[in-house]
Amino acid sequence: MSVDIPRKLQGASDPVDIVYRGVARSGGIIVLAIMLAIGVFLGARAWQAISQAGFSFLTTQAWEPDAGNFGIAAVLIGTILIATVAVCFALPMALGTALYISEYAPLKIKRTLISLVDLMAAIPSVVYGLWGFFSLQGSIVPVARWISANFGWIPIFAVDGYDPADPLSTTTVFTSSTFIAGIVVALMITPIMTSIMREVFSQAPIGEREGALGLGATRWGMIRSVILPFGVGGVIGGTMLGLGRALGETIAVYMIISPVFVIQPHILQNGASSISSLIALKYGEASSFGMSALMAAGLTLFVVTLIVNFGASAIVSRSRSGASS
Amino acid sequence: MTVFDTPILAEQNQLNDARPRPEATTEIHHDAPRKLSIWRVSDFLSMAGALAAALSATTLIFTVLAPFGGAIGFIAIAYILFLLTYALLVSFDETWPVVRDRVFSVLVHSLAVIVFATLVFIVVFSIVRGIDALPHLNFFTEDMSLAGPLDPLTKGGIIHAIYGTLMQISIALVITIPLGLTTAVFLNEVPGAFSRFVRTIVEAMTALPSIVAGLFIYATFILILGLDKSGFAASLAITVMMLPIMIRASDVVLRLVPSTLKEASIGLGADKFNTMWKVTLPTARSGLVTAIILATARGIGETSPVLLTSGFTAAMNFDPFHGPMVSLPLAVFQFVKSPEPSMVARGFGTAAVLMLVVVILFLVARFIGGDTVAKKEARKAQRRAVFSGLKRASLAVAHGVTSLADKASQRTTSRNIASSQPYSKETN
Repeated sequence: MSVDIPRKLQGASDPVDIVYRGVARSGGIIVLAIMLAIGVFLGARAWQAISQAGFSFLTTQAWEPDAGNFGIAAVLIGTILIATVAVCFALPMALGTALYISEYAPLKIKRTLISLVDLMAAIPSVVYGLWGFFSLQGSIVPVARWISANFGWIPIFAVDGYDPADPLSTTTVFTSSTFIAGIVVALMITPIMTSIMREVFSQAPIGEREGALGLGATRWGMIRSVILPFGVGGVIGGTMLGLGRALGETIAVYMIISPVFVIQPHILQNGASSISSLIALKYGEASSFGMSALMAAGLTLFVVTLIVNFGASAIVSRSRSGASS
Repeated sequence: MTVFDTPILAEQNQLNDARPRPEATTEIHHDAPRKLSIWRVSDFLSMAGALAAALSATTLIFTVLAPFGGAIGFIAIAYILFLLTYALLVSFDETWPVVRDRVFSVLVHSLAVIVFATLVFIVVFSIVRGIDALPHLNFFTEDMSLAGPLDPLTKGGIIHAIYGTLMQISIALVITIPLGLTTAVFLNEVPGAFSRFVRTIVEAMTALPSIVAGLFIYATFILILGLDKSGFAASLAITVMMLPIMIRASDVVLRLVPSTLKEASIGLGADKFNTMWKVTLPTARSGLVTAIILATARGIGETSPVLLTSGFTAAMNFDPFHGPMVSLPLAVFQFVKSPEPSMVARGFGTAAVLMLVVVILFLVARFIGGDTVAKKEARKAQRRAVFSGLKRASLAVAHGVTSLADKASQRTTSRNIASSQPYSKETN
């Protein structure tokens, strides 16, 4: 009996296929080159600024690159604050909407709602910015004032220059704040979060759903015991993808905030900052070195969103629901 | 105590169909579907009662007890009171798991209502505010070069921005579609360590903030190469932003093509290229078109990369390679920066036009993407019935499997195999 030598799986190489593979591979190489060029170029240009500023780039709260005094401490924390506020609002809204569409909505309107959510994800950010600036700002200021008056003893809700006891005190300190920018960004990221969560919820095995209902669970009992444990990876992953979007959002934030370059921990108070709005604000007047500093800020933002996105996809793919997709 | 402890009333349980229902026997010959509604009169009553109690209590608080203000505050307090009263009312009749079910049902419904109402409001808001500008025909036929900030809405328009948007997105698509599709094909058809690496990099690049894409083009093309701010630079910035989105979406779509189709094609003697060109791509066509259109919608709406690269002008600029060229989102951004009400109205009008473009693209994507094979076949059958004689030849070409079978080297064998498939009926 002869030994079974595995047959070589090399197919006959057709000349057409060689050309075809060559073209496909060159497409991949071009895209890879473009993408790497962006990363390398950003890194190389940013290096000039980072090497001069050294570690103080992460700790300085100012943006005067030509005077050598610049750092991203304030804008990075501002970015994270806006994104955090956004996720705090968007998470319950997206979770509720996703559960509604996948579990409660009548079949007749389900498809329409799914399309509507996808459409909302494609609405330009400048439109959200318009709404935030011209509509939301006016109606949210009383709420901010109320929170500040009643919960001002919690440090992040404190507002300098506002005295709740003085009825004549101005309310302009509540405009253009991290809070308002965060709400607008929350609405921008809710659709994408909803769409990911709904997708995962709808994959929950029908047998387990019916099992829970058959054992006498209420609808919420079924959601608690089947849907949410099944979809927890999707919830976390979707939230982190939303967070990644929120970190990079530019125009809507830029339209609403009035930029400051110190750490502004009072989220209800006028004045906020984010890396992307810093770039939009400063690129026009930047010198060559200033450009390098902006590149460094952009690189920081990119690295942060990259970490968040990779974390999100790792969580989604490791969870039970994401393993199949 | 778990959620499973309590048996639920039969009316609530949608799946409990086994229990015989006396009144159902009289209706059985009508074949009326059983009503799956889980609502009872007591549900309506407790809900209405809770609503009335919450509204009156809130009114009392607002008018007599404490001087709160604002519509949002009223709604918030009324809502919390409603939830509490509702839970209390339900708990009179039902057990604790049922109370929890009801309360969470209300919560989920209201969250969904808030989200959809707000999102629809955002869209309607900008259209309503833009309605002042939209009825004027000149808004769509003139540019802003002759209209100052104080001019009424009967002067000036956004034709330059509409043209700019169309031009920029066209250039971006001319680069993105071939490059993106080729790369997606590469990721699927040439497996190996290298394509995995490319896929990782592309996925990383979807995280690239759009402003950084703009900054990259600004620093390379405008600062280093010394070119003008132009429509072409803006297109490149949009391309950099759209490329990863499109590659990722098309990659997913191509992965969904059943491998049996590809194997059948290769088994019939086709080479890899023809398999891709005549089987995989036609099968995935609607998904690919959806990917392209959705990426286009994203690209059209982006302001920040354009803000850095295209420059701003009030006049029409037909040449994408020289001089600033404004696009719709950038025009919105510039208009609403002005304190003049007429400029702000123009901004909202422009936003409405921009949204209209996005919505139309989206509907087209839905229409194409929602096309299932069954629907397509039904349409084809209809067409066949009308033009049965004329269409025969072209239909044979349209069917990838059939035409592939024709081109395969072993003609007779493949013809025999293919003729056993329903697709190729009309060739025989």
